[in-house]
Amino acid sequence: MLWLMPTLPALGFLILVLTAGSLPKRAVAVIGAGSVGLSFLVAALAAVAFLNSGEDAVIQTLWTWMAVGNFTPGFTLYLDGLSLVMILIITGVGFLIHLYSTGFMIDDPSYSRFFSYMNLFVAAMLILVLADNLVLLYLGWEGVGLCSYLLIGFWYDKPENGYAARKAFVVTRVGDTSMAIGLFLLFAQLGTLNIQDLLVAAEMQWAVGSTLPVVTALLLLGGAVGKSAQLPLQTWLPDAMAGPTPISALIHAATMVTAGVYLIARTHILFELAPSVQLLVAWIGLITLLMAGFTALTQHDIKRILAYSTISQIGYMFLGLGVGAWSASIFHLMTHAFFKALLFLAAGTVILSLHHEHDIFKMGGKRKQLPVAFLSFLIGSLALAAFPFTSGFFSKDEILLAALEMEGPGVWLWLGGVIGAFFTGIYSFRLVFVVFFGESKAHHDDKEQAGWVMAGPLYLLMLLSLLGGFISIPVDSVFSPGEAPEEHHVSALIHGIMIAVPLIGIGLSYLFYGSKTLSVEKLMAGSFAQGLHRFWFSGWGMDALYRTVFITPFLWLARINRNDFVDACYAGIVQLTRAGNALIVRSQTGMLRWYALSLAAGLVLLVTLGVLL
Amino acid sequence: MILVLLIAVMFLGGLLAWLSEFLDPRLPRVVALITVVVDMLLMLTLLGADGGASPWVASVQGDWIPRFGISFFLAADGLSVLLLLLTAFLGIIAVGSAWGEITERSGFFYFNLLWTLAGVLGVFTALDLFLFFFFWEVMLIPMYLIIAIWGHENKNYAAMKFFIFTQVSGLIMLVAIVALAYFHYLQFGAISFNYEDLLGVELDAGIAFWLMLGFFIGFATKLPSVPLHSWLPDAHSQAPTAGSVILAGVLLKTGAYGLIRFAVPLFPDASAAFAPVAMTLAAISILYCAKVAFAQDDLKRLIAYTSISHMGFVTLGIYAWNELALQGAVMTMLAHGLSAAALFMLAGGLQHRIHTRKMSEMGGFWGQVPRMSAVALFFTIAAVGMPGLGNFIGEFLALLGAFQANVTLTVVSALGLIFAAVYSLWVIQRVFHGEFRGAGEHAAGLTDLSRREMLYFAAMMLGLLWMGMYPQSFLALSAPALQNMLAGSGDFLAATVAGLR
Repeated sequence: MLWLMPTLPALGFLILVLTAGSLPKRAVAVIGAGSVGLSFLVAALAAVAFLNSGEDAVIQTLWTWMAVGNFTPGFTLYLDGLSLVMILIITGVGFLIHLYSTGFMIDDPSYSRFFSYMNLFVAAMLILVLADNLVLLYLGWEGVGLCSYLLIGFWYDKPENGYAARKAFVVTRVGDTSMAIGLFLLFAQLGTLNIQDLLVAAEMQWAVGSTLPVVTALLLLGGAVGKSAQLPLQTWLPDAMAGPTPISALIHAATMVTAGVYLIARTHILFELAPSVQLLVAWIGLITLLMAGFTALTQHDIKRILAYSTISQIGYMFLGLGVGAWSASIFHLMTHAFFKALLFLAAGTVILSLHHEHDIFKMGGKRKQLPVAFLSFLIGSLALAAFPFTSGFFSKDEILLAALEMEGPGVWLWLGGVIGAFFTGIYSFRLVFVVFFGESKAHHDDKEQAGWVMAGPLYLLMLLSLLGGFISIPVDSVFSPGEAPEEHHVSALIHGIMIAVPLIGIGLSYLFYGSKTLSVEKLMAGSFAQGLHRFWFSGWGMDALYRTVFITPFLWLARINRNDFVDACYAGIVQLTRAGNALIVRSQTGMLRWYALSLAAGLVLLVTLGVLL
Repeated sequence: MILVLLIAVMFLGGLLAWLSEFLDPRLPRVVALITVVVDMLLMLTLLGADGGASPWVASVQGDWIPRFGISFFLAADGLSVLLLLLTAFLGIIAVGSAWGEITERSGFFYFNLLWTLAGVLGVFTALDLFLFFFFWEVMLIPMYLIIAIWGHENKNYAAMKFFIFTQVSGLIMLVAIVALAYFHYLQFGAISFNYEDLLGVELDAGIAFWLMLGFFIGFATKLPSVPLHSWLPDAHSQAPTAGSVILAGVLLKTGAYGLIRFAVPLFPDASAAFAPVAMTLAAISILYCAKVAFAQDDLKRLIAYTSISHMGFVTLGIYAWNELALQGAVMTMLAHGLSAAALFMLAGGLQHRIHTRKMSEMGGFWGQVPRMSAVALFFTIAAVGMPGLGNFIGEFLALLGAFQANVTLTVVSALGLIFAAVYSLWVIQRVFHGEFRGAGEHAAGLTDLSRREMLYFAAMMLGLLWMGMYPQSFLALSAPALQNMLAGSGDFLAATVAGLR
């Protein structure tokens, strides 16, 4: 039954591609959203069957993909607690986003193309999380990357969209290549790319902290930071907002960008064998979450704020992975999928209602005109800021507590995470106050454009964002087989800090942007503050850095050697031959005495040589 | 006998096509199509064939010039069969792509096309090295004529360059062949050009190295590999589309086939010692040509450079000389045969429509020609190495196998995956995405793919999907042949390592 899940959306993709836009929009919507909806039903049934069976994993082999010597990866699907959580998020949240898109994209002439890419994406993402071997996982991995490229550049007539799409594909491909090399190394050393087999083999053959696990973990981490937009490969995600907003919700918030988190969680045994790399994961997460949090504070574009916020939240997941809180990270992955999809879809409603306005400072006072979007943003932002008893509160709490319990740098990681939470409170509510409160700034009369297909998913996601924290995810058998679930014992003070800090952030945000008691202008008056603002606004200058270090030299090399200097060498030989030919032609003067002279000279030369040698 | 028949059909079909022009100028293309289809059907009988104890599924042997030990020895194993099928398949595609494009002297054109294919079939089956060289020449001269007569604005230059590069390198190889036959004489008292005899010749390391180098130069020029590649961009940009299809799809593969069949098995130790050099050239080909490709404005030149880059993975796989890497090389040959041919057909189709190959005069074509754009996107992402399509299987296996032979060069080559994404997406952007650019005075000619064209592209897409989703059909066919050659060449990796010291 597992095979049906990716097959249904894949079929949807095929139908939409082969009909090439000739179907009426209603039919496209039914196929596009319906295939994912059915896939969700299958996933739900599979979940019920799996949880009742008591098995640790269900394996379904479809066919042997290729068999060369002892390299025999199959089209084999593997369902355990971890992939179960993932497929439910992908098909569930994915279906809601598809449903929303049937309304959101209704006026787009390329309606069918949009849903064909979306369906292909869901199919690839499901293969990614259901793969039982790393080659099949890589298929899904590249497949989602392709769809991401296609959908970021969906409105292809604008060159900047194409640029953003290419940037996303190429930057993530840097990570993918690192991961591919990791696969080569794993196979060369362990003789298999079946995930479960190689984890067992690695545990048996490799000592903790030895070179091989460290190198492989680093290479896989390269793939993960590319896909999940973490340092140093995070630069593509903010630009990826060029795509239609539902894409940002589905691919660049809820599912694909968390694939890196999934990969590390899936191969967590390798990372446990390489403690130094695991610690690196934590630090990458921490630094990314802080950097992205600061940058989110400075952005004007509603989608870019959310994009940086996504980078920041994935930073929390990496932090969790780094401190070994595997299930907490996956938990946060899930709650984040709920509230970030909610925020993006709500942002889509705002943007659509305001005739594609993205700048939050050109909005204002929209809470009456856009009540559903307002409610969505309120609930989504509360969850994002980890307001007590919302879904984000529980998941972030678990990650930070796990960091605190870690020996050594744990306290610093915790502290950094708490500071990050403070800024999350500020930037998320800055958005809410600026867009929905204050005086209305837009000139046109705006009405909320949200039929039930768009409002329905929003209400459901609001519910999930509020209550998602009470869902328990069945991943214990994956991460800690046979162990009792751990209890955190921390003092009331720590708890108090962790509850209070985001609230202080929200409060501060109110003082600056709600009541205007405090003035941003005054804060920004100094030249240092302005410089810092510019620096943060640019995403810490990473784009400029890469431009100088990689892009410019490459373009320069390409430009100076457009005509291929190897070819020029051959052209040189041709020139030389021609010149030699011309020289010899000239010697044919037709004068007898010249010939006689050269004959004599040659003779003398030969005789001399003969005597000398 | 079937092998003789395969080649004879091509030769005869070529003659018939030429003659039929005198009846009706539209007849040659029909004759040519029937010829290649018949040939392909004949080949299908080889799939069920079983050679029993012999490594060949089909073979035929007779005397030719017994005095010099030259025999008429044709044989095919799974590797040959795969390449024969590729040749016939692309032969059909090539005839199709010439269908509306070639109007002048069509009889002579199809004569040349079919004789080139006949030469290729001979190269893939000849196991007498003299006969092999004969076919090697047979495929060269008609191809030269195709470029020189039906080519574009700079055709004479390109054709001459193609001819000189292939001819000079071919002669170097001929010297090596004759020398090898002579050493057989010294050792066994009789001259022989028979492949199976020559496998048994034992050579001094020094001599073996020079002979191996002769073969390598011959084949690496055809492949082509840096630094012997510079004929290819000119040949491709000037050749008519059908010429490009055969050139990129099939002729390049004869070079790779020669390395697998002759260069390494005949000189296993010398090749092992040479492997680091060959793999370095492969890595340079991959990266360097990817970079040069990126800078091109001429669409066909760009695709030509990407071809060289992709063939680098083939060289890399061959000189890693283990089963994974060899299977990767073979899969890359097959998949690249389809994807490169398709890309050249698309570029040719564009040139036919808007009379330019310059990408600076294109842009935003998606809105005008959505079908063509989608097809182009498909083959581009195939070339990028998207899993699920054939090229991925080839490059992944080649790298996976090469990693076990040489970590550094494999890692360097793998960077080519990034560059492939850079130039490929840049092409999509410049031609199909962005704002529509008028394409000059010929904009009206920009029409979407016709039904006939869609048929060819659909066939190639299905082929790539098959290779990508169920490569086992192909791997199983070539596996016995490759294992056979691996077994015959001793411990290659150990010899490579020894050579490094």
